[in-house]
Amino acid sequence: MTAFADPHALVETRRHVVLSVPDMRCAGCIAGVEGALKALPDVAEARVNLGDKQVRVSGAFADATPLIAALDAKGFAAREMDDSALAPAVDSEGRGLLMRIGVAGFGMMNVMILSVAIWSGASEITRDLFHWISAAIAVPAVIYAARPFYASALTALSARRVNMDVPISLAILLALGMSVHEAYVGGEDAWFDAALSLTLFLLIGRYLDHRTRRAARSAAAALTALEVPRATLLTESGDRVVPTADLAIGDRIRVAPGARVPVDGEVIEGAADLDRSLLTGESLPVRAIPGTDVAAGETVLGAPLVLRTSAVGEDTSLRRMARAVAVAEGARGKHVALADRAARIYAPLVHSLAAIGFTGWFIATGDVHKSLLVAVALLIITCPCALGLAVPAVSVSASGRMFKLGLLLKSATALERLAQVDAIVLDKTGTLTTGVAKLDHLDPEAASVALGLARASDHPVSRAIAAALSDMRAAELNSVREVSGDGVEARWKGRPVRLGRGARGTELVLPDRDPINVSPVETLRPGAAELVAAAQRAGLPVLLLSGDRTEPVRRLAETLNLPDWRAEADPQDKLALLRDQAAQGHKVLMVGDGLNDAGALAAAHVSIAPATALDAARAASDAVLLGGDLSVIPQALDLAGQARRRILQNFGLAATYNAISVPLAMAGLATPLMAAAAMSTSSILVVLNAIRLKVRR
Amino acid sequence: MNVLVFLIPISLFLGGLGMVACLWTLRARQYDDLEGDAARVLLDREPDEP
Repeated sequence: MTAFADPHALVETRRHVVLSVPDMRCAGCIAGVEGALKALPDVAEARVNLGDKQVRVSGAFADATPLIAALDAKGFAAREMDDSALAPAVDSEGRGLLMRIGVAGFGMMNVMILSVAIWSGASEITRDLFHWISAAIAVPAVIYAARPFYASALTALSARRVNMDVPISLAILLALGMSVHEAYVGGEDAWFDAALSLTLFLLIGRYLDHRTRRAARSAAAALTALEVPRATLLTESGDRVVPTADLAIGDRIRVAPGARVPVDGEVIEGAADLDRSLLTGESLPVRAIPGTDVAAGETVLGAPLVLRTSAVGEDTSLRRMARAVAVAEGARGKHVALADRAARIYAPLVHSLAAIGFTGWFIATGDVHKSLLVAVALLIITCPCALGLAVPAVSVSASGRMFKLGLLLKSATALERLAQVDAIVLDKTGTLTTGVAKLDHLDPEAASVALGLARASDHPVSRAIAAALSDMRAAELNSVREVSGDGVEARWKGRPVRLGRGARGTELVLPDRDPINVSPVETLRPGAAELVAAAQRAGLPVLLLSGDRTEPVRRLAETLNLPDWRAEADPQDKLALLRDQAAQGHKVLMVGDGLNDAGALAAAHVSIAPATALDAARAASDAVLLGGDLSVIPQALDLAGQARRRILQNFGLAATYNAISVPLAMAGLATPLMAAAAMSTSSILVVLNAIRLKVRR
Repeated sequence: MNVLVFLIPISLFLGGLGMVACLWTLRARQYDDLEGDAARVLLDREPDEP
């Protein structure tokens, strides 16, 4: 090709590509995917990450197309991801937290061994010695491991706010200080183990929380990356593939069949069908000939088109809509996570309890030392261990199960918002339906000819017809040729036959017979009926909201037994309807895939887009459906409901434990042994409760 | 009680050893793909290490 003309092609021999392969589930898939990729001549290395459902490939290939084709042949749908937009492979913050967990954990174990000896009755010099050894381990360990809490507490205090980390830091530092003092005066009770286990449990909660957030963040980045922005630029010296960002107005670009138009422009060469469904919701393709204006985001079908660009970058209609989406999204950031609401009540409560304990004892006894010990006991006992674990443990467990179902949560609060859904709005084209041929009316002879012709073309209609007839035998055809954008012609038994554009849509023309209409009929995506049925069973009102014409929308609504539907809704109508619902206090789940849905997706309380959606729509949604099956959505709603109940139960568990232990600590009866036992059991209970979540079918 | 002179240093040493091992597994990135590693045991032949 142009390898000699372009010196970069020779220099840049090793490339890295990350592919998203959502269907990998087992050991066999790892071997299959890695084997298929390594069998390619240009691939040097392929490594699957099953947890992330990604494969990282390096080698001397020019682009990812042959890799995706090789995986497709093995039955794995793959998509390229932009490596630069992905979160860096090394998660330094997460690893830092894990290191601190390690230090706190091993410190705690060692101190605990010594503490058991003390609780078993070690006295006098032995106890003091053990206290000092504990101090030698605990002081450096706590200073290192609990640093995230001090840092966050200081930030909050310097902004004159109080967050959850203020009581935590106070409890840890006071406990440590009092314990060193106890060791110094040869006192009975030291809280070294409590300070360490408090740090450990809270760090684990912090780490789980970090993992959920990171997963959500990198998913968002990866999704914008799913659509790799490149265009084929036609220049005097040949064709070049350039980043879309480098295009200028007036450039000539070629868009291959099946590809999305990267910028706005006008057709100057070629004739093809345009699939506008992502932009307008229209289910049938429109014809594009020289002179037709095309917009970024439309898909070219059948034949290549050459365009002269008329708007690039931020000026394309696609970007303008994306900006409108960003505005709608900004209005949504009002949801306050359950954990934050709990923290708002919790932090002042703990401080007042500790203060009451201290002043109460000081007034009653005048003993500063004893009063401080009571305050420390109160701070430790009311430690938000269970609280700190209550939400992250459930979130991690629930989002992991959703990922297994094929639903990728992008936003950290999406889980909580999913649980509140009380109405569903569904888009039609591309969401509930996919265009597939329905060809029951063909006799075997016609069907075999249709199959032979359809196999000769890559046009989506041909592919749909070939797929619908895949159990037939293809007729033997001669001199098959594809008439660009118009259909396929051939000779069958010496006479001409044709499959292509006709007066009434796609027609099959056979000798001596009337043309047979084989236009693709919209069929339901798998799981669409289950989704509607499950929602109606659960008493959720479902509205079908489409930009398509009235007739197909009405037909679909009847098939699905949906009383509520609206057709011919433009993007503003959709957005207005969603805003209206929100104003009435409804918490709407919107499922949609087109750019015309993006505003509505952003305005909905929570939204889901299929992975096939345009990236603006995916960016506007809270979750992305990786597989094709919609019946996952009711399962996900159920899972989110369970998760919310688990979180509330966990709050309940933490509150019960506090209700028992706070009075004891107030009375000055709490011992380090009690605190250690209660802290561990409550944390373990909360985590066990979190992993009880189940996917119900 | 004099046995403590040996036992405490031994216990601290063993604890420290555990901590160092834990930090090593972290640095060696053994937690990057737990699910994948669990599945890879089942493969007949481990594909070449990266």
